Amino acid sequence: MNPVIQLIGVGKTYTTGSLSVDALRGVTLSIEQGEFVAVTGPSGSGKSTLMHILGCLDVPTVGLYRLAGEDVSSLGDDQLAEVRNKHLGFVFQQFNLLAFLSAWRNVELPLVYSGLPPHERRTRALDALEQVGLADRAHHRPGELSGGQQQRVAVARALVTEPALILADEPTGNLDSAATADVLDLLDDLHDRGRTIVLITHEHDVAQRAERIIAVHDGTIVPADGLAVMGASI
Amino acid sequence: MKGRDLLRTALEAVRTHKLRSALTVLGITIGITAVILTVGLGAGAKADVRAQIDELGTNVLVVSPGSTTDSSGVRGGFGSASTLTMSDANSLASDVVGPDIQAVAGASTSSASLVNGDTNWTTTLVGTTPSWTEVRSRGVSSGRFITAADEADAAMVVVLGPDTATELFGTTEVTGRELTLDGNTLEVIGVLEPLTSSEETTNNDLAIVPFATYSRRLIGGTTRDAVSEIYLKADSEATLSGAYQQAFRALANLHGTTSDDDADFSIATQQSILEASTSVDRTMTVMLGGIAVISLLVGGIGVMNIMLVSVSERIREIGLRKAIGARPRHIRRQFLVEAAVLGCIGGLLGVALAGVGAILLPRIADARVILSLGSSLLAIVIAVGIGVVFGVYPASRAARLAPIDALRNE
Repeated sequence: MNPVIQLIGVGKTYTTGSLSVDALRGVTLSIEQGEFVAVTGPSGSGKSTLMHILGCLDVPTVGLYRLAGEDVSSLGDDQLAEVRNKHLGFVFQQFNLLAFLSAWRNVELPLVYSGLPPHERRTRALDALEQVGLADRAHHRPGELSGGQQQRVAVARALVTEPALILADEPTGNLDSAATADVLDLLDDLHDRGRTIVLITHEHDVAQRAERIIAVHDGTIVPADGLAVMGASI
Repeated sequence: MKGRDLLRTALEAVRTHKLRSALTVLGITIGITAVILTVGLGAGAKADVRAQIDELGTNVLVVSPGSTTDSSGVRGGFGSASTLTMSDANSLASDVVGPDIQAVAGASTSSASLVNGDTNWTTTLVGTTPSWTEVRSRGVSSGRFITAADEADAAMVVVLGPDTATELFGTTEVTGRELTLDGNTLEVIGVLEPLTSSEETTNNDLAIVPFATYSRRLIGGTTRDAVSEIYLKADSEATLSGAYQQAFRALANLHGTTSDDDADFSIATQQSILEASTSVDRTMTVMLGGIAVISLLVGGIGVMNIMLVSVSERIREIGLRKAIGARPRHIRRQFLVEAAVLGCIGGLLGVALAGVGAILLPRIADARVILSLGSSLLAIVIAVGIGVVFGVYPASRAARLAPIDALRNE
């Protein structure tokens, strides 16, 4: 079976005027179906760039990226949007819920862009809220929910399209310790149910919840035997 | 993303940002109201003029005295001389002279003060012949009109307009009553049927006496035979221009005019009177309309301004929508529909406000406003169009935003 994510020699160079910065250099990695992986590294390490490329929010300058068997390295804006819609679910540090929509309408949003009919969207949105244990909060607006609950709504929104990969970017960065535990338990739970999860974090404790840690440093992936050193620097 | 979802998203955005939406809509509303009212005022003024000219009767030509050239070669102004006489009118009535002219009525008018006991009323006194009713398509509601016998006797009789009768006597049932004019006693022999075609009419307030009575016994003057107008009625619309030619030739002959430019009279058709009176209104309408269009343009720029603010305020929302699968065109459409919805609301409110204005304006100012369904619908379409046109730039800015930059925005 193909890995969900396959990066081969991926590099990203940002050019500003005459200055060019290699944010990523020759990254090769693969993530299998059902894995729970943490990507970690200090700020400026290229971790965010890696996340943007994994999330199809940006395309690599060089190299090959296969997501769910499909080459997405050189797609245009429209196709990238479609890939994000079909194969990816995002959970952000800032939750990024739309304040004027109720929880289920927020969860439904990706399905609106997939062009599903309203009744099917509603059924699937309510089902996703059920999976994150917020069925009884479906009609509350984000402002009426706690931070932890808001992040669970965001997780439900990431789940609702049945994506190949859930990409969580510092999902606990804005949460207190109780809510952090809550959300991490939820991710564990989703992992147990077979979801593929990539968790981007700079927090060592949070990274420890994953099965595998990919450490990024200076735009490259640090070899496994370098992990101890990395751990010390985090 | 389907039309229904776009519309719902737009309505939610409008509802969420109530104040901002209201301010955007306000500019459009004012512009649309101004445009509709201007068009309505123009239409109202035109309808008033039309109604007043229609009150002259149907297929009527009006001959007026024109300029003259005196012995020393000085040309007098238009209407400065009493060059038309009752004998001109009588000549035109001949079937040989004017086969296409059905009826002729010469008339002299002046202002006169009528008295009934303590009641005093100043009105237009008209001295004319019995054919006046035929030419002007008028009739009496009670009593009778002046007759040839009245004319021959220069009888001291008067026919009143309905408004005049009401002002003097408090009723229109006044046949047989008497009134005085400069010490002369006149017997009321009839009252004209009221004209209802226009609200501003002066054609219901007048007093008609036989021409002989007018010129010999009441007003006098240097040229007793002079008339201020001759009304001609053509047999039909088809013979109107024939009647015009015949009248012109006959009068030119009678007055010894050699060239058309020297004519000491002028003949106007209802159409030419209408055009002359509406051309002034048209200039005003175009000017006011121009101002209204500019205010609409300002409203449109307001839409663009506030949509740009909206885009930068909602940059995270745009980023999120893009991250979860919105294509650039989805975002562009979302903002375009939002601008169109704002334009539509502005247009609807503008039409409603213009409706209120159409009721209030005639009460405040002496102006009639005619609103048409067509121009109201067009105004709403224009309002939506303005929203879309001025929404294009903000919408494509939103659509072009890179998702990472939009999400990174704190």
